[in-house]
Amino acid sequence: MDDLLTEFLTETSESLDVIDNELVRFEQEPNNAEILDNIFRLVHTIKGTCGFLGLPRLEALAHAGETLMGQYRDGVPVRPEGVQLILESIDRLKEILGELEQTGAEPAGSDADLISPLERMAVEGDAPPEASAPEPVEEPEPERELRPGEVSEEDLERAFQEADGPEGLDISPDSAAAAAADAAGDAAPAEPQTQDDAPAATAAESEPAAADPADGSGDAGQAARGGKEAPVKTQSIRVNVDTLEHLMTMVSELVLTRNQLLEMVRRLDESEFKVPLQRLSGVTAELQEGVMKTRMQPIGNAWQKLPRIVRDLSRELDKKIELEMKGADTELDRQVLEMIKDPLTHMVRNSADHGLEPTADRPGAGKPDVGTITLSAYHEGGHIIIEVADDGRGLNSEKIKAKVVQNGLASEADLEKMTEHQIHKFIFNAGFSTAAEVTSVSGRGVGMDVVRTNIELIGGSVDVKSTEGEGTAFIIKIPLTLAIVSALIVEAADQRFAIPQLSVVELVRTHKNAEHRIEMINETPVLRLRNKLLPLMRLSKLLNMEQSSEEEDATEDTDQSFFVVVIQVGAQFFGIVVDSVFDTEEIVVKPMSGMLRDISMFSGNTILGDGSVIMIIDPNGIAQQVASVATAENAQQEDNRQVADQGGDQTTALLLFRAGTDEPKAVPLSLVTRLEEIDVKEIEQANGRALVQYRGVLMPLVFVEGHSELNSEGQQPMLVFSDERRSMGLVVDEIVDIVEEKLKVEISSDQPGMIGSAVLKEKATEIIDMGHYLAQAFDDWLDEKDGRGIEFGTRLLLVDDSAFFRNMLAPLLGAAGYSVTMAESAKEALRLKDQGACFDVIVSDIEMPEMDGIAFAESVRADGRWGKTPIIALSSHSAPQVIERSRQAGFVDFVGKFDRQGLIESLKDCSQQLGAAA
Amino acid sequence: MNNEAPKPAATEQATQEFVTVTIGDQLFGLLINEVQDVFMPSAITEVPLAAHEVAGVLNLRGRIVTAIDMRKRLGLPQRSEDEAEMAVGIEYNSESYGLVIDRVGEVHRLSNETFEANPANLDPRWAAVSAGVHRLEGNLMVVLDVNKVLALGHQALAA
Repeated sequence: MDDLLTEFLTETSESLDVIDNELVRFEQEPNNAEILDNIFRLVHTIKGTCGFLGLPRLEALAHAGETLMGQYRDGVPVRPEGVQLILESIDRLKEILGELEQTGAEPAGSDADLISPLERMAVEGDAPPEASAPEPVEEPEPERELRPGEVSEEDLERAFQEADGPEGLDISPDSAAAAAADAAGDAAPAEPQTQDDAPAATAAESEPAAADPADGSGDAGQAARGGKEAPVKTQSIRVNVDTLEHLMTMVSELVLTRNQLLEMVRRLDESEFKVPLQRLSGVTAELQEGVMKTRMQPIGNAWQKLPRIVRDLSRELDKKIELEMKGADTELDRQVLEMIKDPLTHMVRNSADHGLEPTADRPGAGKPDVGTITLSAYHEGGHIIIEVADDGRGLNSEKIKAKVVQNGLASEADLEKMTEHQIHKFIFNAGFSTAAEVTSVSGRGVGMDVVRTNIELIGGSVDVKSTEGEGTAFIIKIPLTLAIVSALIVEAADQRFAIPQLSVVELVRTHKNAEHRIEMINETPVLRLRNKLLPLMRLSKLLNMEQSSEEEDATEDTDQSFFVVVIQVGAQFFGIVVDSVFDTEEIVVKPMSGMLRDISMFSGNTILGDGSVIMIIDPNGIAQQVASVATAENAQQEDNRQVADQGGDQTTALLLFRAGTDEPKAVPLSLVTRLEEIDVKEIEQANGRALVQYRGVLMPLVFVEGHSELNSEGQQPMLVFSDERRSMGLVVDEIVDIVEEKLKVEISSDQPGMIGSAVLKEKATEIIDMGHYLAQAFDDWLDEKDGRGIEFGTRLLLVDDSAFFRNMLAPLLGAAGYSVTMAESAKEALRLKDQGACFDVIVSDIEMPEMDGIAFAESVRADGRWGKTPIIALSSHSAPQVIERSRQAGFVDFVGKFDRQGLIESLKDCSQQLGAAA
Repeated sequence: MNNEAPKPAATEQATQEFVTVTIGDQLFGLLINEVQDVFMPSAITEVPLAAHEVAGVLNLRGRIVTAIDMRKRLGLPQRSEDEAEMAVGIEYNSESYGLVIDRVGEVHRLSNETFEANPANLDPRWAAVSAGVHRLEGNLMVVLDVNKVLALGHQALAA
């Protein structure tokens, strides 16, 4: 039988029980408005529900009864005939309901015998009773009767026609009784067919009741119900939700107390309590399960609307779709059920719209033209698995990849490494929809990520499995109940917290000397876990509970060991660092009070076995926080770096190597394109020079001054410098290290190829002048330059306070065809200006003592003669506000300090503009 | 039906009963029917990231009660370690709250005659939680408006 109908019957039989009682009182005090109100309301509800369920007979009868009661309610004096009629109508309702329950369909028959007198009485209202009784039946329906609408009027018509003879329509009180008897008699023969147990008895009971309706209508009702409604009553009872909730709470308390007892007994070696406690524990578990069951509802309840939706979609999309539902009786928590209703509906729509191909395309793919969407549900462990599958075209990995790249979610290189499954999972990302066009059904890009969010909200997860051409299946995994969850109890900053077990993947113990240790990247803790880096967050930090700076440092040094709780939220993995981990406990999730509900880090609170209250961590909240904290920290560090820069403490990354001598040599790492090791055998000699075929071109090899030997065999390490399409290899003996230090060239050198010496890692280190070697490798460089559009001998002024940079850049620029003049400060540059020097382009550092680049540019701009000279800014940091300021000051371009290529390009642009202007 | 529109003042009884509590040096009153129980707050669990005034959550006979530190709510100095504290349990939006106060006094039945609106110069933080003042013999009793005291979440959001 239809679920709705069952529910209706249960509900109605209860209502009728109430009505029975009320009617008895009503008879005694016909003028008690409150009683009448009650009856009226119940009948009204029945009427409404019947109309909804398409039960015209019940609806018409209930409506007629309601109309009369409405009159009484409005103050029309109540007359005994009226009461009698209402009682009879109620009895008739019960009879029909009884039939309905047995057969699942409304029995055929007419209630005109009751409806017309009810209506007449209602119309005549407060007219004297005597007048009402003998009125002819044929009297036209008064206008107010139209209220019920066409259906019931039609019904009435039919009723009138079917009514068996005039005596049924005769409305004296007596004949009404007779009519009722008649009707009861009509109904009675139907009973034996449907009544399994004691048909004769039931019939017998009904007969006398119906025969004597005038005084025994209540009894008749009871008798009828006794016979027919009992099955409904035993199937289910209705319990107030509050009662259930209370029961649930009490059981929860019991569970907690049991846990507490277990904990106490565990500490005792031998205890006489052990056995009874075991028993208590078992019983409690069973009780808990039983009470949980009362909250359970079949998942079919959430599916009820789907057949209709699919039917409509089928029409709208012009596809033949069949919806299969398996495991509709799988039960899950009422609360969970409510929350998955919408996501499920969405997924089914999605399958119908995107999943299934148009009906016309299906036979070509060797499929039946009717597409199938299968919904199935089953239990697995403490979870319920719901699958929404279609036999459509499957996900198009290429489309997803294109979209992923377009949305910047991952690079193509990343995608290459991913499995099909990983790529498919991108559809759960926000704003992701591969539907080429937006239909009214779906494709607005708010799809699957909303589904995922909703499901994760209840601690569930969603996955997708798809085979191109064969179909797609979405698999939802949700906990059976939200009320009691298994949680891991952890401690951070001396306070305990619960983390729902469902999202915990594993626990890792870390220690400075252990296999797993926390490492820092730019003050961000990470953990190497099976060849992957796991971002870590300290729980105490997330919760703003850091008490002292000592503690903050604790992660980095100290011998203390930490626990990392590895959490998975959707596709995101991260670790929460906690101080210690206790065990898992079954906790009863209690909602937080309104005042605390804004805290997204917690999903609720709970009382532990020892009676203390602890907060339950919401992994979703943390996941969001992990992302946003990371951004905030980066921003903060960015700020710090800028402050440091302004203090002149900037560091330079340098590559240390050895070549020729034992003293280490260094070159700014940013200048080096690649480090290579090339087999000595591949090195060729041509025209007195060493060459190697490198990436399809011949690359000249140069040697550090005073050293010109290749290894005799094996691999030859070298530093590769690339400049657009050319490369040069600087042969070295050994690559030593990369250091990041403040670079201070202490002794400048006259030696060719050397800028000077600096102390790096407490050792005197020679700093290599790359410009020198570049020129050596490309002696045809200058000729090339002409071809590249730079006028040879373009006068360039380089302003930089750092000798290192001046020395490094000047040869480079010289090699690029510029005639370079150097100034070690803005003041000196301005002095050159005053002396009448002329330049085609100026390159200036921004950060300089005394007068910085900004002020320099401003004063250059203000000058008549130099005012038109383009100035390019060099800076080691590129914060947008700095760039903006320098643009305002008059710099035409802004180049990173180590970006040789950028500088050359920028200069080229300037020269071309100059050329065009000239 | 009764057509007489009930005026707020008219429905107020001539006398009302108040549970008096002391916070700092000030006497406060709570309408007796708003007070569920009086208890000694113990084992309060702090709630990280919660509003400043939230002292934490505690277990009161199986119910989780959100405790509000009234001293903080009123901007009063913190009570020292050895000073006693008590809490008044109230129900608000069918949730349990506890107002942590210093002492609970006796119950007063007060007539409306001694009632006055908040003085204009009352500290805004106090005015925000006070429904008015009763002039008692010897001292003044500020009537705490429970709804206003607990309308904290929104403030915290705005802040």
